[in-house]
Amino acid sequence: MWVALSYACWGISIVLALWMLYDWFKVDTTYTEDVLTSSREGELEAVSEKHRI
Amino acid sequence: MTITLEPTIHGDRVSLLRVLGPAHVWALGVGIVLVGEFTGWNFAADKGGALAALIVCWIVGLLYTSVAMIDSEVTSTVAAAGGQYAQAKHIVGPLMAFNVALFLVFAYTMLEVSDAILLGDTIVAKAGVEGLTHNSFIAATIVVLAWLNYRGVLMTLNVNFVITAIAYISIVILFFSVSPWTQGAVLKLNELVTPGNALPYGWIGVIAAFQFGIWYYLGIEGTTQAAEEVRSPARSLPYGTMAGMITLLIAAAMTWYVCASLMPWEYLGITYYPLWDAGKLTGSPLLENLLFVATLLAALASANGCINDAARAWFSLGRDRYLPSWFSAVHPKYRTPYRSILFLLPIALAFAFIADLNQAITFSILSGVLQYTFMSINIIMFRKKWPLGSIRRGYTHPFHPLPAIVLFCLCVVTFFAIFLGFGSQLIAMVAFYFLISLWFHFYRYKFVRRGDQFTMPWPKPQGY
Repeated sequence: MWVALSYACWGISIVLALWMLYDWFKVDTTYTEDVLTSSREGELEAVSEKHRI
Repeated sequence: MTITLEPTIHGDRVSLLRVLGPAHVWALGVGIVLVGEFTGWNFAADKGGALAALIVCWIVGLLYTSVAMIDSEVTSTVAAAGGQYAQAKHIVGPLMAFNVALFLVFAYTMLEVSDAILLGDTIVAKAGVEGLTHNSFIAATIVVLAWLNYRGVLMTLNVNFVITAIAYISIVILFFSVSPWTQGAVLKLNELVTPGNALPYGWIGVIAAFQFGIWYYLGIEGTTQAAEEVRSPARSLPYGTMAGMITLLIAAAMTWYVCASLMPWEYLGITYYPLWDAGKLTGSPLLENLLFVATLLAALASANGCINDAARAWFSLGRDRYLPSWFSAVHPKYRTPYRSILFLLPIALAFAFIADLNQAITFSILSGVLQYTFMSINIIMFRKKWPLGSIRRGYTHPFHPLPAIVLFCLCVVTFFAIFLGFGSQLIAMVAFYFLISLWFHFYRYKFVRRGDQFTMPWPKPQGY
């Protein structure tokens, strides 16, 4: 049973790794770099907080 | 064809998703740490005896309570992914921030590696099948958890909450199953810990035990990495972190009491599975299997939280151009830092396959203690530059500057303890951070957009 579980672990790892690589490729070829890297630190705070004491 | 805007994107930017609450913050912090009760803390007994393991449990508990309080105050104000990195950037400066981010990435990646090795070794030990190696279990742990992190932070931390709670409840069940109020029936503390063997190496053994006493709580500061993904950072982060710390203090005390009452310190100090062994020693197959499963779940929860935290620290470095901005990409559907997760995945796998558990643990502890030392200095500077009343704080920690001083002093003692056990690794690591700092200062910093990196809407600091 343990040996079968070991093979199953290899199988799951390979399948999920390939899925992530596929999804990475799909996203990178669908969206522009500007969109993907558009996140900015503190953006929500700057907009939503008035910062009054 | 490329797409510039898409309905799943909020506005014209893709950012991390604010979906987490205090329970997720608790799950992240306690999830990373709880594995330390299942293995790691007990090596303190090897360094200084069973009583030394208890003394460091409380003293290191004081260190981490200081860490949690300081962290809660600063993070409830600097609520950004990257946690201590974002704090260092705003309060100390870019070079410190770069170093802190590397401390974070090293501490969490090496802890993830240690967790995966522990999980693989535990399964192999349980199976007892000749020729079965831990490699497949290590690969599955790292890849499946990376996939979970890739798919979204909410499910990742929901899973962490469930498996951490099961692992924690198993400690509580073990504690009450051995009649802790009665000595002699199952527990034999008065026979196993006597005045003659309580501190076999004297007080220097207690100092040496600090190195592994860190394991009772290592990683609770990881809660801050969720700052950009919690719905209400000023409330959730202090609440989740302090609740996590209280939970861990209780778990650490119960763990020591049960284990020290069932195993002689000579064995307790060298076993890799103190709680699983405690389950075996009760003679109950149910408890033995429960603690076996709980050991696996604790290792999984820790690795899961570490992937989450290391990726966010790496992502933040990319976003500020401290590293190539390519790393700052956010998945437009899952809203996770997917490139950082994928980049760190093969690194963790490589270390897990080639590194030894002790080396990985030591690198993780060293990076963690460097980070705590920074935090003690950071809070002094924070209070000096922005005194109480000058900016809004979600939480204000009491007795300042006492927690900072206690934290700094305990970090010095811990460095000394690490030097006693792993002096060459300590020197090698400090040399590495020194060289990488030179690279950052003389080469990389010219790519940073200096004005863009300071994002908090704070008034000018006092004295500037």
